[in-house]
Amino acid sequence: MGEEGPFLASGSPPGAEQQAAGASERQAAGASERRAAGALEAEILAILREADGPLSPGEVRQRLALRPQPGGPRGELSYSTVVTIVSRLHAKGLLARQRAGRGFTYTPVDEASLAASRMSQVLGSEHDHDAVLSRFVSGLSSRDARLLRELLAGDGGPAGGDPGPAGEQG
Amino acid sequence: MWLLLLPLVIPALAGAAARPLAARLEPRHATWLLTTAAVALAACSMAALALLAAYAAARLPFLAAAGDYSTAVMRRGDPIPAAAGVAAALALTGGAVAVAVMFRNRARALAESYRRAAGLHPEDGIVVVPGPAIEAYALPGLPGRIVVSGRLLDCLDDRRRAALIAHEQAHLASRHHLFSAVARLAAAANPLLIPVARAVDYTVERWADEHAAAVTSDRRLVAQTIGQVALLAGTGRRRVAGMALGVTGPRAPRVSLAWAGPVPRRVAALLTAPPRRQTILLAACTVIVLIAGVAALLAARDLHALLELAQGPRSQ
Repeated sequence: MGEEGPFLASGSPPGAEQQAAGASERQAAGASERRAAGALEAEILAILREADGPLSPGEVRQRLALRPQPGGPRGELSYSTVVTIVSRLHAKGLLARQRAGRGFTYTPVDEASLAASRMSQVLGSEHDHDAVLSRFVSGLSSRDARLLRELLAGDGGPAGGDPGPAGEQG
Repeated sequence: MWLLLLPLVIPALAGAAARPLAARLEPRHATWLLTTAAVALAACSMAALALLAAYAAARLPFLAAAGDYSTAVMRRGDPIPAAAGVAAALALTGGAVAVAVMFRNRARALAESYRRAAGLHPEDGIVVVPGPAIEAYALPGLPGRIVVSGRLLDCLDDRRRAALIAHEQAHLASRHHLFSAVARLAAAANPLLIPVARAVDYTVERWADEHAAAVTSDRRLVAQTIGQVALLAGTGRRRVAGMALGVTGPRAPRVSLAWAGPVPRRVAALLTAPPRRQTILLAACTVIVLIAGVAALLAARDLHALLELAQGPRSQ
């Protein structure tokens, strides 16, 4: 990585040399981060599975730093990198999260749930497989949504429709 | 051969009557009536098509030779144009192919569902799936499983969760997927019955809703749960649903369910009095379906009699 700098900068004035070296280092770091992302995700999942309870990203980062590295020592990861990775894992449905204070703590999702989540993807995508599932509600046209609000408003009860940031009740 | 028209016309009648019947009848009765009627009418209309095709085929000289009957007598005694016979044969073939394809697809889907349900071992029969989806469904199997997304559970309070679970349990316990599959097969045989199959999809939902209402002893609670989940799922998928609210303008109608989808109709049904048993209506529908069956049988007997007549005096 480092040897690219002088090569690119050969014959350039000293200032340009520094700039070029900086840019290529940043590029190389970006590439290696992308390459390492998959491995990091696996490692973080492993840490959370070994843990006794939910972990915050900070705790994940500490444990990550303590783990032995097969490919030699790795520079300490930034807090935001860890947060990015656990959020990605959460979005993939591999981690469940709970609000804890101002942030979240994470737990790995158990195998049965994982199997079910993969299954709903498969059943949803294949021809006619969706038809055997009795869904609680079918799709709602905008007209139906309006009707529904009118019905429930007329009922006097809470319509409680929109997905607010924290849901309705805990 | 007006007799043969009855088994072909009555399914059209059933298609038109299915939705009003589904709205009026008690859901369990409606499901049984509509499913059995769909099967019976599909069978009758297939039989009528087969008879029409048989009349046309009976004029073919080589069949007449093989059966040793007079094509002249057949022509005289048979007012059905040959084109109608050919059309009937084509419709019959198309229906048979559609049933076969539908049967294969459904059987595969159900086998897949049973296999996957067997692979899930949640503690209480309920599988909570992670991820951002708002979804809840019953996965048929032995035993079946209820699959709910964690995010949906987070949005519901305890009583609404109980209503949701009771609804899905009713689907599994009463094997609603089989009613739906059988009605779809009938509709594959005769597309005039598609509205009946849709009505069955609706009445099994109503059946499960009424079960949930009985379990929670609160019809309003079930209505509100359906409404909340539908709006969560709907607005979660596309924001348009929420935005359309603001542009309804001054001619927004009073609540009319004439063209509404299933969800508002289910909610409206739960907000009114529980459905009552409608014996006379049930009996009337049964009689009409029986008429189609009798007509098909009589037509078959007529064809048989005509063939016997055409075979005539054997001595000739």
